[in-house]
Amino acid sequence: MGENPNMDTSQAEEIVKTVTYNVLRYDPDKDSKPRMQRFQVPVPKGRTVLEGLIYIKENLDGSLTWRSSCRMGVCGSCGMFINGLPRLACQTQILDLNADEIQIKPLPNYDILKDLVPDLKPLLEKHKYIHPNLVRREGKEIDGLTGEFFQTPKELENYIQFTFCIKCGLCLAACPTVATDANYLGPQALAQTFRYNTDTRDEGNQFRFDLIDTADGTTKCHFAGACSDVCPKGVDPAFAIQLLKRDMLLHKLHIKRKEKGVPILGKVTDGKRMKGVPDAPEKTV
Amino acid sequence: MEQKNKFNNRLGIWGWLSGGRYGLERYAYSLHRLCGLGILAYFLLHIFVTGSRIDGQGSWDSAMSSVEGIIFKIGEFLVFFAFAYHGLNGIRLILTEFGVFLGKPKRADFPYKQSTLRQRPVLLVVMVLAAILTIVGGWDFFIAN
Repeated sequence: MGENPNMDTSQAEEIVKTVTYNVLRYDPDKDSKPRMQRFQVPVPKGRTVLEGLIYIKENLDGSLTWRSSCRMGVCGSCGMFINGLPRLACQTQILDLNADEIQIKPLPNYDILKDLVPDLKPLLEKHKYIHPNLVRREGKEIDGLTGEFFQTPKELENYIQFTFCIKCGLCLAACPTVATDANYLGPQALAQTFRYNTDTRDEGNQFRFDLIDTADGTTKCHFAGACSDVCPKGVDPAFAIQLLKRDMLLHKLHIKRKEKGVPILGKVTDGKRMKGVPDAPEKTV
Repeated sequence: MEQKNKFNNRLGIWGWLSGGRYGLERYAYSLHRLCGLGILAYFLLHIFVTGSRIDGQGSWDSAMSSVEGIIFKIGEFLVFFAFAYHGLNGIRLILTEFGVFLGKPKRADFPYKQSTLRQRPVLLVVMVLAAILTIVGGWDFFIAN
């Protein structure tokens, strides 16, 4: 297969070097086990590992399969095991790897569906298991929301770090406990448990503690910290899990209990407008 | 539709030892577990040997003579190291599980500094103390006695 004329890199970008991509291939319809395949990829300055894969697909082997979408570290689709670490392919620049050969495998600890595509179903099922949503005793408060919940910036600060999870699954690929125990809830779900339990709008603490207070819950985390090392969004799941352990203990000892969530504020129109604040513009939609 | 021919890519025990290029804490985790397993194996052997005392002095002497020799001495020294590291690192883990050394949650700004880095000095202190204890123990095991 020749060079794709639509991807002419020679005119616009100067090729700095050529690297060897050593990519794991697995076709479930043909292969009994994975194999490695090598490709030569020219690298202009700034080319990411994902762009290298796109180059291979467009110019060398159209059958190469992976999952990606946004190309900017937001969607979390392109998690791969790149040169010994789980990383987002779109956020990893080839020259930053400082290597002539790049080994790319699908994320470990997940089944391989095809080539570089892992089966993220366990991640998403564990995420759903801990009820990653605001839980209120009065369900109608959520179903028929009449206003905003009152929450101070200080209260937001306590959990905002953990809201940036993009469900890329790198943390489970890095976790050595997940490597030996498929049932362990893992860093993603446990960090999200802490995120929602710490949210003052939520009233589901006891409910979630009951879900995770099992042999497969927080007690299996021994602070290897690899999940935090590889998290591309700075979520720091290992940190969240340690804080969750402390909260669970204090909760059991009746030292710290969050019994009631914050109230819903009245309608904005109930308040008085400050002097000098102009009217809102007319609605256009 | 459920795909049938998925390939199992779970790392297993190998994931403890050679999973990738991670931080020091991940390897401290692996060493902690290996030391724990070593101590468990030692306890089983210890119970077996001391249990022989029930059958009289002769049985005890026989059991003790079977665990003499340089191999068992080195083994005992390794158990000593395992105790030193597992105990000290265990204290670190208990403290981190209470959130000590980890700081407070805050908005994450790039470049991120994760909690593992905030408590790393404590891990280094643990490793230095374990090394000192191991050296002192080694002197006692192989030179003083």
